[in-house]
Amino acid sequence: MDFQPTEDQKALREGVRSFLEGQVPFDRFPALEKSKGFDASLWGELAEMGVFALRLAEDEGGIGLGFADAIIVFAELGRRLIPGPIAWSHLAAGLIDGAATGEVVVGGVDLIGPRPDPIVLEHLDSLDVLLVLRPEGIERVNPRDIEATEIETPLDSLTPVHHALTLPAGEMIGDAAAAAQMRLEGAALVSGIQLGLAEGALELANAYAKERQQFGRPIGGFQAVKHLLAEMFVKQEAARAGAYNAAATLDAPEVANVQRAVSSAKITAGESAIRNARTGIQVHGGMGFTWEVLAHYYLKRAWVCENLFGTQDEHAEKIAEILETLG
Amino acid sequence: MDLRYTAEEQKFRNQLAAWLASEVPGYGTPPPVDSWDERRAYDTGWQKKLFDAGYAGINWPKEYGGRDASLVEQLIYFEEIAKANAPYVGVNFVGTLHGGPTIMAEGTEAQRAFHIPRILAGEEVWCQGFSEPVAGSDLAGLQTRAERDGDDYVVNGHKIWTSFAQVADYCEMLVRTDPEAPKHRGISWLIMPMDLDGIDIRPLPTLEGEGEFSEVFLEDVRIPVANRIGEENDGWRVTNVTLRFERGTAFASDMIQLQAFVQRMIEAAKNITSDGTTAWDDKSLRREIGHISGELESLWAMVKLSVCEAKESGVPGVGASAVKLYYTDIYQRTTELAVRLLGRAGLSRSDFLDLPSHLFINRHFNAISVSIAAGTTQIQKNIIGERILGLPKELRPPA
Repeated sequence: MDFQPTEDQKALREGVRSFLEGQVPFDRFPALEKSKGFDASLWGELAEMGVFALRLAEDEGGIGLGFADAIIVFAELGRRLIPGPIAWSHLAAGLIDGAATGEVVVGGVDLIGPRPDPIVLEHLDSLDVLLVLRPEGIERVNPRDIEATEIETPLDSLTPVHHALTLPAGEMIGDAAAAAQMRLEGAALVSGIQLGLAEGALELANAYAKERQQFGRPIGGFQAVKHLLAEMFVKQEAARAGAYNAAATLDAPEVANVQRAVSSAKITAGESAIRNARTGIQVHGGMGFTWEVLAHYYLKRAWVCENLFGTQDEHAEKIAEILETLG
Repeated sequence: MDLRYTAEEQKFRNQLAAWLASEVPGYGTPPPVDSWDERRAYDTGWQKKLFDAGYAGINWPKEYGGRDASLVEQLIYFEEIAKANAPYVGVNFVGTLHGGPTIMAEGTEAQRAFHIPRILAGEEVWCQGFSEPVAGSDLAGLQTRAERDGDDYVVNGHKIWTSFAQVADYCEMLVRTDPEAPKHRGISWLIMPMDLDGIDIRPLPTLEGEGEFSEVFLEDVRIPVANRIGEENDGWRVTNVTLRFERGTAFASDMIQLQAFVQRMIEAAKNITSDGTTAWDDKSLRREIGHISGELESLWAMVKLSVCEAKESGVPGVGASAVKLYYTDIYQRTTELAVRLLGRAGLSRSDFLDLPSHLFINRHFNAISVSIAAGTTQIQKNIIGERILGLPKELRPPA
């Protein structure tokens, strides 16, 4: 067993990080907000970098990497707050023509979960294809056929949402097992994004705590603030362990219970993302409550991610079910 | 990022599991906490069995009789020990995890030749003489005084939180040999035989009501200079060598046992009924237990990650502080949930009506100690803040 990222995976992380820092400077955010979180040129750049084709086999035009590599890439996407239906388009590679190359933008909605939530669709205006996960299978729906109302005030300004009362019938392109597997893989990918959010929130807060002076010294020198940042570090490392564990288990399902590993990741990384975002705002004091400081983006995106592919509560119930069978 | 075990690692696991399956069931149950002589016999007897089977000193070099297992094999070792419900390291803790490794790293040939084989075979029990009433988190502020007199140090002082003092043969003793030097530069590390004159052991009952800890009073205790580890006044550096070993995998078996504890909570929840439904039928309880169990899985993944990252250096880095903090947090929340589950049955510390009050209350109390022992949660947060996040150091009064 060697659980740490390989040298190649570390290089992948550095490569994606420096690419995203170069291509998506934070001052690009106002423009992204105007275009409602979707920018065709950015989408093309992500596709070119291999975000969507990463796990597709090489003979199908993909890169042929594994989940462990995907989790590293998705953590970087989360860390840089990259918007758009990135997890869905990645999951659709190989299933929907053009998803892997970014020419076809694929989004989705997960209706497998236990609660009769209102049907809320992210990024609907940018989509070419909508996947619907139902207990009986995966449906492909044409987004133009959906009667939906745009919500004027989305929680996350980079994640526009519509709501629909019903969805039109689509074409069934995968069975129940495929839908369940996609949901599991989706939850693992999102745990990677959540890890990145937890990292990004800490990085921002840590930099501020070293620079901001009060009572004649950097606020990060005071234990009250230092300990908040240390708690964020613990949350970040817990999210990392959880997300890596889910990815490595998906890559080698024989080592452990995949559902348990993925649900653990979604719980741990989900909590870390929300908690670190909130603590990050607190460390920034009044400035953290402004739009200008990025801290609030992490919080809003963390809540978007919480509600993708199963909430913490739902995954906790799944683990309880598994534990019951072990007793 | 590969969780698959190599054939060699798998073989190690299978052999160990088979050995444990043949040895553990017949070894008997642990004696009561207050029966120190029985505890010593039980714990050292198990250590001897490990030694005879080649599983003692799992991480010790072969030249000192250890197994020299890789870090991954050590994790497997802890997993299997916990799974088999094998005896805990117990009174052998300080010898095998502190004293022994310190002597290996810093001792003289004579010290190694004498102590190492005996510690490994369970023939020698150690206790710790680090903390003092005036020196807790600020350990380097210790004041137990050692004055040179011929070939001896004459030691006077007061140690506290000494586990296993009643049954120990030796004590890893930190003393101040130079009161004029800055506090980190006047300390020496001594091996103190516990049968010397002038040592007074007084049990210090914990909030658990039992005598796990003692205070040790030292009055003109004559410790041979030959018992010093390292140079005189270089004891602080040696101490950091000692503590480095403890921070590695010290809590590993406890973490694995916590998953079994969660399983025990589910069993209890199924037996606790009110109005015709069981506690386990309560969705919010199932969610809390599922949440905690998910975090425990991530915690164990965190241990694996930290161990694999330490492969090159051989010792876990400062990341071990994050593991300890996360473990502490989960452990305390888990046992608090267990006490909530007991409800009024938790007003008892012994089992009745098939309710596991004894186990649940004792684990709850034990969990409270974990955020204090081996570096308090607050000290760990300072370590993370300063050594990992690069934040300004605490203001300290001039030395």
